[in-house]
Amino acid sequence: MSWITGVGLTSYGKHPGRGTLDLMSDAASAALGDAQLERADIDGLVCGYSTTMPHLMLATVFAEHFGLRPGYAHAIQVGGATGFAMAMLAHHLIESGVARNILVVAGENRLTGQSRDSAVQTLAQVGHPAYEVPLGATIPAYYGLVASRYMHVYGHGETDLAELAVLMRRHAGLHPGAQFREPITVDMVLGSKPIALPLKLLDCCPVSDGGAAFLISRDRSNDFAVRIIGTGQAHTHQHITAAASLTQFGAASSAAKARESAGITIRDIDYAAIYDSFTITLTILLEELGLAPRGNAGTLSAEGYFDHDGKLPLNTHGGLLSYGHCGVGGAMAHLVETHMQLTGRAGKRQAKNTRLALLHGDGGVLSSHVSLIVERAA
Amino acid sequence: MTAECEDWTRGGAGIAYQNCVSCQAVWYFQREFCPVCGAGDPVIRQASRAGTVHARTRVTRAPNEELRAHTPYLIVLVDAEEGFRLMAHGDPTLEIGDRVHARFVDLAGRKIPYFEPADGRR
Repeated sequence: MSWITGVGLTSYGKHPGRGTLDLMSDAASAALGDAQLERADIDGLVCGYSTTMPHLMLATVFAEHFGLRPGYAHAIQVGGATGFAMAMLAHHLIESGVARNILVVAGENRLTGQSRDSAVQTLAQVGHPAYEVPLGATIPAYYGLVASRYMHVYGHGETDLAELAVLMRRHAGLHPGAQFREPITVDMVLGSKPIALPLKLLDCCPVSDGGAAFLISRDRSNDFAVRIIGTGQAHTHQHITAAASLTQFGAASSAAKARESAGITIRDIDYAAIYDSFTITLTILLEELGLAPRGNAGTLSAEGYFDHDGKLPLNTHGGLLSYGHCGVGGAMAHLVETHMQLTGRAGKRQAKNTRLALLHGDGGVLSSHVSLIVERAA
Repeated sequence: MTAECEDWTRGGAGIAYQNCVSCQAVWYFQREFCPVCGAGDPVIRQASRAGTVHARTRVTRAPNEELRAHTPYLIVLVDAEEGFRLMAHGDPTLEIGDRVHARFVDLAGRKIPYFEPADGRR
């Protein structure tokens, strides 16, 4: 067991002139303030990576810059799953007594720090350099392939996917930090620019600048009582060409491990924070995790099931699709929002009586899966 | 056998795959051992270029200027009849489940496999 004693999140979107270390520092300062801890209290540091500032030792670069002298520090990389993998690592470091207060932080000026082509090409490198990338494949293309097969097998239409984009935008409209807040309709998603069909522009998350951080601690430092009680991972492939299936990924086994370690069942979950790089990603994960029946994620969404006042509030900050995606920080915003919900600080987005959350992230092309169970202690 | 196989990822006009002599596993990405049982010296074989469309996406946003001239293009995952899966380009009319056969076309200075309906080839 470990406590999430504080969280920090910048707005996502454009932060011109702010670099990786600036955005990491902004988020870290906010998390420290939230946890009511000082720099000297931090004895562990876990970072991810930044595509605009590649470095062999990002954790110590940040520690030096921010003014930390931790007894434990390094960076890890699991693509989009990095944020939750860092939380999982920090949780286990706390449990094993390696550190008392671990700062987990990420930030990147992915939007304004590079050209759009550069961002697309950097991300496409998760594909195979000899067998996939030379074909002009991009991240949306890999997910477009998955979408075509998954929709073919389970009978989703493009409207079903579009419902989830509409939902994320509706949620983002209630969060002042979200990159895109103007409401959209299913028809607007269906009519948006084709990218890698069946995926269109509004089925894809944006590229953003932003930063996120949290403190994972052995002891409580304030009135918050939110703790990590279960974790799990599963890694089935790297390249989509080598995936054993395009309809069954590692999400179910990852979440099963997390639930078992927490001693809970899927029916106990009353808040969901699920990776949503594309509408198809969110659709597949919701259905494979058992949060929606196969083929029904879009229908449930249209019925208000995932609204902040619905049966299972989901990504109430707007997710990657509308709050934004700045790389490692992208999914960390899901955890920050979970903390806001479980501590009753989500304002107009506040869900009622949330106690137990399932968080799930994926990296690559549904390649790496990380699940967390987070609860509000009684 | 290894020396004669045409392999588009090495400049040839063919599709090569590997086969374990010990456990008979079949796979696409080349390496020096079997990823299933670990046995060494897998055989490299020439594929027939025939298969079935498993997934498809029509790409309109290319990753760079050179490829932008080719948009839109259809990227497919094809289940080769030998039992491995590969990524390639394909005819825009292809649908999941279609039986297909590959020829080779030039894309940005290299030969790549391009799948067409199997019956339309003859």
